[in-house]
Amino acid sequence: MSTGKKTAAIVGPGNIGTDLMHKLLRSDVIEPRWMIGVDPTSEGLRLAAEHGLEASHEGVDWLLEQDELPDLVFEATSAYVHREYAPRYAEAGIRAVDLTPAAVGPAVIPPVNGAEHLGAANVNMITCGGQATIPMVAAVSRAVADVGGVSYAEIVASVSSMSAGPGTRANIDEFTRTTAAGVETIGGAAVGKAIIILNPAEPPMIMRDTIFCAVPPEADLDAVVTSVHAMEQAVQEYVPGYRLLQEPQVDGPSEATRGQVKVSVFVEVEGAGDYLPPYAGNLDIMTAAAARVGDEIARSLR
Amino acid sequence: MTQTFSDPDLNTLSRTWSGTHGDEPFGHLDLRLTDTCLRDGSHHKRHQFTATEVRDIVGALDASGIPVIEVTHGDGLGGSSFNYGFSRTPEQELIAIAAETATRAKIAFLMLPGVGTKDDIRAAQDNGGQICRIATHCTEADVSIQHFGLARELGLETVGFLMMSHTQPPEVLARQARTMVDAGCQCVYVVDSAGALVMEQTADRVSAVVAEIGHQADVGFHGHENLGLGVANTVIAARAGATQIDGSVRRFGAGAGNTPLEAFIGVCDKLGWTTGVDFLTVVDASEDVIRPAMPEECRLDRMTLMMGYAGVYSSFLKHAGNAAERYGVSGAQILLEAGRRGLIGGQEDQLIDIALLLRSEQDKAAAGS
Repeated sequence: MSTGKKTAAIVGPGNIGTDLMHKLLRSDVIEPRWMIGVDPTSEGLRLAAEHGLEASHEGVDWLLEQDELPDLVFEATSAYVHREYAPRYAEAGIRAVDLTPAAVGPAVIPPVNGAEHLGAANVNMITCGGQATIPMVAAVSRAVADVGGVSYAEIVASVSSMSAGPGTRANIDEFTRTTAAGVETIGGAAVGKAIIILNPAEPPMIMRDTIFCAVPPEADLDAVVTSVHAMEQAVQEYVPGYRLLQEPQVDGPSEATRGQVKVSVFVEVEGAGDYLPPYAGNLDIMTAAAARVGDEIARSLR
Repeated sequence: MTQTFSDPDLNTLSRTWSGTHGDEPFGHLDLRLTDTCLRDGSHHKRHQFTATEVRDIVGALDASGIPVIEVTHGDGLGGSSFNYGFSRTPEQELIAIAAETATRAKIAFLMLPGVGTKDDIRAAQDNGGQICRIATHCTEADVSIQHFGLARELGLETVGFLMMSHTQPPEVLARQARTMVDAGCQCVYVVDSAGALVMEQTADRVSAVVAEIGHQADVGFHGHENLGLGVANTVIAARAGATQIDGSVRRFGAGAGNTPLEAFIGVCDKLGWTTGVDFLTVVDASEDVIRPAMPEECRLDRMTLMMGYAGVYSSFLKHAGNAAERYGVSGAQILLEAGRRGLIGGQEDQLIDIALLLRSEQDKAAAGS
């Protein structure tokens, strides 16, 4: 049954894994063939079987014992589990797209450095807040690179409490640290900071993110605005519900910013509603980015 | 001077601090007070405290006998930022100065998971902080589990803050308090961040938390003055079983300020409740040391009343004011919309979005007229 597509296994049949499955089922280049869990009563495994995937609750050990191995594995378990299995995927020649904060491989934000790590054995999707905000930090960075770049960038991610799972809650420090690191290494800010807020409002609020960047006063601010709009469109290619809430705001140099100009960008991320509700844009942008990166890796394997 | 009531229950506290902890080191205390003007007041000061101000204020509060003094950026460790305002003096330096200055008082610091991290807690302890206060929105206590675990491992005393307690019924607060205590929290505060609780609502909430965790941990109350009820709410909280009490001398806190601690101390003297604080000394400190460090008095005005009325997080005050001025819209309208949206502590960035929407509505109305 050669479809010409590359095969994939999703490990972790929770909300993220199930939403990702729906996205991969629409892929032109990936065939999601296996869903792997550890709990026979898992709703995600049941749904996967219903959609024609081979669903197993016997874990990654089972997957790696099969005669036919996947070309790609998407890990949607936990950092702990992924750190344990990453070497074995690599050994078996399976490309890994890691949706946990394990950070075994290089971090990828599709419209910023998506093409740079297509050959890596393992790529990491950072955090939901990172996927939503680092594109905008990078958009500002590239527009002010000629005058010294972004000296400091700070992101504030507000997500609905309903969409923050136990993993995020137990490891909120990991979120802030990993996101801040991505703001620096991929966003291009000299110093990065990340803040996350879980808001329990009913009905649940759609994910919102604010990106503050300190840029030199001689920066071409029209170029910054143009770059931000271009980035909005680039992200919309894989997350249609990603949008600027307001025009980027510019505040002149002040003592508090040590003479830098503050650029503020406000975005909202509405999910596609594949499996998760639309307010959970934070989870949607993770699965959409992972699917996007998976597609690019699959194409590179052809 | 002590007032007596025909109902003796009004003078007698069912729970006291020394009843749980013994009389050391401050002698017998019915209530253990924490002054938070160097943390909550950081909002009012726009995070511009100097080393000298912190040294002088800690010296004066310590001399009056206040047993705990909280020092941190208003939004807790790591709060210095575009979103909340940059600190003039790094908070860790201020914690170190406070710890050097205090002779008897313990120095507490605040942290909000999602803003600060475990590394910040370690640094605060290295600088002399002894009490780690961890604050979450009052439905999100489980984000604090790893931080309570670390703080206890480090040998820090721990306090948990259930912020915006007016938004949830007593039984929800009790469950959230349980989560914190199971994680290692030694005292859970009912925190009226918006100054929106009205006395019996405070009592109901404190009682529910006492019923759930009172046999294992202390219960505290942290009030704001946005409806002018700071002292009244605190008195009723103590009667309901809160034994740790927050306030700020001269109200020096966010919004219309905190429970004025010197007033509460005077009330405790009249009720016969021991706080260990000398009323006349703390009143002098308020006039001679605290007031000169304040940019202006904390007061009830259109903006701060709106916060108590609409249930808005007190530290939004200055940020709403900034956004109102920057975009030429009504600060009170910004706060009302913040309440309508159900914004919680930490979402200061959204006030700019609200101001921009109000601006565009105004522009449309002007164009249409």
